[in-house]
Amino acid sequence: MTTVTLFASCGAVIFGIGFFGVVVCRRLLQIVIALNVMGSGVFLVLIALARRTTGGRPDPVAHSMALTGLVVAVSVTALALTLVRCRYKQTGSTDLNNR
Amino acid sequence: MKPSRIRFAETAAMGLIATVVVCCLIAAIGEMPRAANGLASEVDLHLSLTGVQNPVTAVLINFRGYDTFLELAVLVLAVWGVKAIGSDAAHDREDSTATPPSIVLTGFVRVVGPVVIVIAGYLLWVGGHSPGGAFQAGAVLAALGILLDLATIEWSTHISERSERCLQVAAVAGFLVVGTSSLFLNRTFLEFPPELASTFTLAIESAATLSIALILIALYRGGGICVARLLPPPVRERSK
Repeated sequence: MTTVTLFASCGAVIFGIGFFGVVVCRRLLQIVIALNVMGSGVFLVLIALARRTTGGRPDPVAHSMALTGLVVAVSVTALALTLVRCRYKQTGSTDLNNR
Repeated sequence: MKPSRIRFAETAAMGLIATVVVCCLIAAIGEMPRAANGLASEVDLHLSLTGVQNPVTAVLINFRGYDTFLELAVLVLAVWGVKAIGSDAAHDREDSTATPPSIVLTGFVRVVGPVVIVIAGYLLWVGGHSPGGAFQAGAVLAALGILLDLATIEWSTHISERSERCLQVAAVAGFLVVGTSSLFLNRTFLEFPPELASTFTLAIESAATLSIALILIALYRGGGICVARLLPPPVRERSK
């Protein structure tokens, strides 16, 4: 197992943890965090796979995609947190199903 | 079956699905070729046409300029969304700033503030030839803005609602202006002529740094950096 596959596999595992969190968690805040964990896994895979170049430098396209994605992830998180707060103000809870 | 048992069975099933997904992903990663250059050689081949030496900056602003352009538009949309939904953030802020910040934090921010601004400028400039650029510089500036907020130092009193909006769209506007100006030079939209590419890139990066920093701070504050909206009106009445 090379370093690239090790790191990319770690990214896949982190993605899986986030995926599990998204489908299992019932609290909106936990889901937002789990989505972020998922995204981090994807970024790790991207960065690891960019390292497979034969030259000394990694693939700059994958790096710039990760850079773009990071900023979008931050803004998505902020929007999601605002929605969570909006729901909290309207229903008094941040649970997904308060039956 | 008891509800708790159903819940446990659900969780176990989801855990199983997640494990299968991860195993498939790892298998797919293992199947990938060990050495793949991707687009690295293409980028290196055309790097001299972009006016910058850092391939990541070249890809972000030049080769995949459209992508970054629309991404900055996404940021603007996100901040306006947050503003529209969470417009009552001002009242929450009032409560959160009830306790004065510790003297350690205030002193630290006062010492670190100017240094951070210099670091952001350096990161913006260094993006031309080594790792750095608008995103990093913007993030560093946004961190300073959040630190100032935590230390309850009012730094944005002179920014009006309108100038705030102008600054937020500065990056998108810069991209549009630069992109259309290349149309007048007999090129397609966002295709930079090699002799002007360096100037164009720096102009876009500078605008993007400001926009990204202000948008990130606005997202942190829950919609806007304009203090006129955030200052609660009762304060003025009390001082009379």
